[in-house]
Amino acid sequence: MNPFTLNRPETVDAAVRSVTGYLRPAFIAGGTNILDLMKENVEHPTHLIGLNKLPLNTIEATADGGLRLGATATNADTAWHPEVQQRYPLLSQAILAGASPQLRNMATNGGNLMQRTRCYYFYDTATPCNKREPGSGCGAIGGFNRIHAILGASKHCIATHPSDMCIALAALEAVVHVKSKDGERQIKFEDFHRLPDDQPERDNTLEPGELITAIELPAKGFAEHFSYLKLRDRQSYAFALVSVAAALELNGNTITDARLALGGVAHKPWRDKKAEALLIGQPATEATFRQAAEAVMKDAVGQGLNDFKIELGKRAIVRALKQATAGEHKAADIFTNSNP
Amino acid sequence: MSTVSTSSAADDQLRPPVPPSSVTLRINGEDRTLHIAPWTTLLDALREYAGLTGTKKGCDHGQCGSCTVLVDGKRINSCLTLAALQEGSDITTIEGLGQEGQLHPLQQAFLDHDAFQCGYCTPGQICSAQGLINEGKARTEDEIRELMSGNICRCGAYVGILNAVKEVVDAQQASRR
Repeated sequence: MNPFTLNRPETVDAAVRSVTGYLRPAFIAGGTNILDLMKENVEHPTHLIGLNKLPLNTIEATADGGLRLGATATNADTAWHPEVQQRYPLLSQAILAGASPQLRNMATNGGNLMQRTRCYYFYDTATPCNKREPGSGCGAIGGFNRIHAILGASKHCIATHPSDMCIALAALEAVVHVKSKDGERQIKFEDFHRLPDDQPERDNTLEPGELITAIELPAKGFAEHFSYLKLRDRQSYAFALVSVAAALELNGNTITDARLALGGVAHKPWRDKKAEALLIGQPATEATFRQAAEAVMKDAVGQGLNDFKIELGKRAIVRALKQATAGEHKAADIFTNSNP
Repeated sequence: MSTVSTSSAADDQLRPPVPPSSVTLRINGEDRTLHIAPWTTLLDALREYAGLTGTKKGCDHGQCGSCTVLVDGKRINSCLTLAALQEGSDITTIEGLGQEGQLHPLQQAFLDHDAFQCGYCTPGQICSAQGLINEGKARTEDEIRELMSGNICRCGAYVGILNAVKEVVDAQQASRR
């Protein structure tokens, strides 16, 4: 790890002011990703601003019936929070499908959004990577790309976003609240992360110095009909090859509202509104689900070793929508999540 | 400068010149003032500066769980946090769980169930199991397996580990009734 200085402000205003005057300032909350990347010499901030004294670790109801998740509330405290379990079980399940208990106790909600890809080439400083070193090339294209993107990739980068939590947040249409020394703004979740295009070094649309202060969930939680289906190489403590957040509203057997987002397949949480539109107004049958799955994967492109993700993704979508229809998971239950 | 290397040739680099900063950590109920650099992880602070070598360094990347300690009663990977960020927290290591001549129930259960071979992951397993018990979410064997998945045992003593943790979880349950 390179040498750096550190401060631990106690207010958000002090935190966003703390970036001034440093070559490469960075915020650190749980630290589970940034410290790892610093040890690997991928990230090398000159100054760290510790966020764990900020009063941002609360989870509270909003005036319009939603829920506001503080940026420094931990993933564990969020997933096990009674309001989240009862009203947003999709989010609870997605969080508990990720990482390990220790990591979930450290990792924060804001940090989960800011975590970087686990592409091997991004981590390995001996190889080219346009995300780590713009212009150096992409080692994954034509390389070992079993875990890589099949949707929305570019010739510059085929990395995937590693989060489970963010897939649920995309499906739930969360809003990200950010603040800088110049002011505050809100970012719709679908606009927060970005596709690689010719700037894969940019994971998201935050401007330098902007700090996530909260993630707001709208009132609608899809607590009756949802599924977070995560497919991976082992049953626990592994990143998704493909994951699906499915949420439905049903009137009898007719779908009246639908949300569909995928993880492990793209540079950002991959929500597909066109596929959702194909579901709405239709009967909740396997044929309907298959149609939506085909639509999601219409433009999917394999890189060789990850070609299997296209069919896997389709089948995962169908299964997740079946599980959501059945409505078997009334409360967050990590012990049934993703079991076939 | 790479910090991945652990060879003796790199030893000089492992401890860069320490700037004039000190951190006071509350470890196992005792305040310890340590003169350490800002980039010292909690794991390195415990082992190299506080002399508490019970906490083990396995992968140093948050993947194996051998560095697990309790912070304010919650289990974390001590390799992935900075000591300076834990000032004001209550840190418990394996040295703080058992007492000389009086083993912690989890330590006794690990002995009774042959829950280790080389023992390197054991302090992390036991701290993690105490965290699991504090959380109170796991009851069944499947639930314990899932919520102990952050601790890897290269010797593969998982059957014994599961039985040991289950015994203590069950005993706690019974005593609460």
